[in-house]
Amino acid sequence: MTSKEHSGGGSQLEELNGFTNPGLPEHKPRLADSDPRAEKVAERQVAAWFILSMIGTIWFIVAYFLFTPGESMQSIRLHNMFVGLGAAVAMFSIGFGAVLWAKNLMSDHEGIDERHDIGGSEEDQAIALEILHQAKEESGIARRPLLRNTLIAALAIAPLPAVLVFRDLGPLPGDKMFNTLWQKGTRLIRDVGGIPSVDSERPIKADEVTIGSAYHVLPSGIGDEEASEHPLNEKAKAAVLLMRIDPKELKEDPDRKDWSHDGIVAYSKICTHVGCPVALYEHQTHHLLCPCHQSTFDVTEHCKVIFGPAKRPLPQLPITVDSEGYLVAQSDFPEPVGPTFWEINHP
Amino acid sequence: MKLLADRRRHPMALVALLLVGLLLTGGAYALFTQTSSAKADTASASDIEEGKKLFAANCATCHGMNAEGSKAGPGLIGVGAAAVDFQVGTGRMPLQANGPQARVKEPQFDEEQTAQLAAYVASLGPGPAVPEDEYLDASKGDPAAGGGLFRTNCAMCHNVVGSGGALTRGKYAPNLSEVSEKHLYEAMQTGPQNMPIFNDANLTPEDKRDVIAYVKEVSDNPSPGGFKLGSLGPVAEGLFIWFFGLAAVIGLTVWLSSRAK
Repeated sequence: MTSKEHSGGGSQLEELNGFTNPGLPEHKPRLADSDPRAEKVAERQVAAWFILSMIGTIWFIVAYFLFTPGESMQSIRLHNMFVGLGAAVAMFSIGFGAVLWAKNLMSDHEGIDERHDIGGSEEDQAIALEILHQAKEESGIARRPLLRNTLIAALAIAPLPAVLVFRDLGPLPGDKMFNTLWQKGTRLIRDVGGIPSVDSERPIKADEVTIGSAYHVLPSGIGDEEASEHPLNEKAKAAVLLMRIDPKELKEDPDRKDWSHDGIVAYSKICTHVGCPVALYEHQTHHLLCPCHQSTFDVTEHCKVIFGPAKRPLPQLPITVDSEGYLVAQSDFPEPVGPTFWEINHP
Repeated sequence: MKLLADRRRHPMALVALLLVGLLLTGGAYALFTQTSSAKADTASASDIEEGKKLFAANCATCHGMNAEGSKAGPGLIGVGAAAVDFQVGTGRMPLQANGPQARVKEPQFDEEQTAQLAAYVASLGPGPAVPEDEYLDASKGDPAAGGGLFRTNCAMCHNVVGSGGALTRGKYAPNLSEVSEKHLYEAMQTGPQNMPIFNDANLTPEDKRDVIAYVKEVSDNPSPGGFKLGSLGPVAEGLFIWFFGLAAVIGLTVWLSSRAK
């Protein structure tokens, strides 16, 4: 490394690595400095921007009272627009004018900022070392290994209580990931948005589900305060999509043939990729599309994945009809719903 | 005129001339194209006869002489007047080109002819009828309840305010903001192409009216935030701010540190 000069500025360095220092470019005077007419124009420009800012402020105040929001969407929109414009013009113009003032009119003297060494001087470094040395001597830590070792041991185990404190932040999930509200005999009810109260539940009869239908379904009792403590969390696991397909087109596994009822099939709505609701049902192609990452499931083959990043097919809810003709679940899902998680094979 | 004459050899003169030519021809076309007339009509035996003739001339090639279907088009026995009114009324049928989905275009038949076709197809087998006016009156519907139903049943394909969305392989759920109440109802009732069929047990006529009230509420009212940017959400908004907002910021930054004249 060639040695560099450190006193003075870079402009004093004559040569480095074979390149001569071209020096700083010549100072060019601005229009406002050389031409008094240009100076006046520049001054008026800056003043104009500041006056514009005042207009913006007054506009804000006038618009605040002129366009009162609340009567209609249009009134809110107008209020937002005009008040916002006033504030934007007011603030922006001050800044723009200030920058114009600095660029065109303020002193254009060019200065040099020195870059000094970061490290301290030789003297300072020696003094610092001496202080450390004295500290070591006076504390006697080198001569007293018992004190040193017990101090290190105490400091090492001091953070351990934090582990317990963090673990205490919330309850462990237990078996919540493996179970949903669905049980043997739970009726399928319509999802109309939100959580339906127990009195307003609308169960579904098998003959109401015609070929090409898509029903959004929740388990009966989800609105019951005793049965489901956190109904929205339960809904996020228990949401189901009910469809009816011509039985001739269904290609069912022999051991799952009784999970459907006369072509009516029910599948979990929670995508096995990252958990978006898979409800884009194309009834002619029998494909279910997830809008988030475009995982596509084939409903005629137990919702196996035919495209996209999902790796597991959607879990199927086994259904049948009860004595009154309403659709009911035969049991909970045979596997956990939603995205795959670490413990999924070890309940 | 001297101003124009002086610039006749300007490189942009050709562009300007092209623009004028395009505007003139386009304007003339728009002025002179026919628009379909509107006439209401109730079904009668003569309607069915007329409908049969129209069907034979325009639909039978793909749907079969007796609407029994063929390789080119499905059978229409039992689809009902609602399906015909929707498909023909929105211009989707007669299909002009094969593709993943029938596109909306200028309807080929006027209201009277559409009603005749609908009457003929309805006579072939029982199916959903054209909805009654009381279920199409958005003012009688509850947009809040409709919003809940829309978000649960429709928003995943059509977007939360009905701006439309993509499906697989070139299919799409169209924008609902310009669709009439009648066509909205009929689409829910008959489930055109890949749209699920929402029969009256799934969404009752009152439910459908609530959904229509919601769609009309969000489509007809201005957004309180200003430009909707197509109501497409983060993608449109992101594009806007990256193109215009960031460009402005970069421009200002460059100007800020540039040398004054």
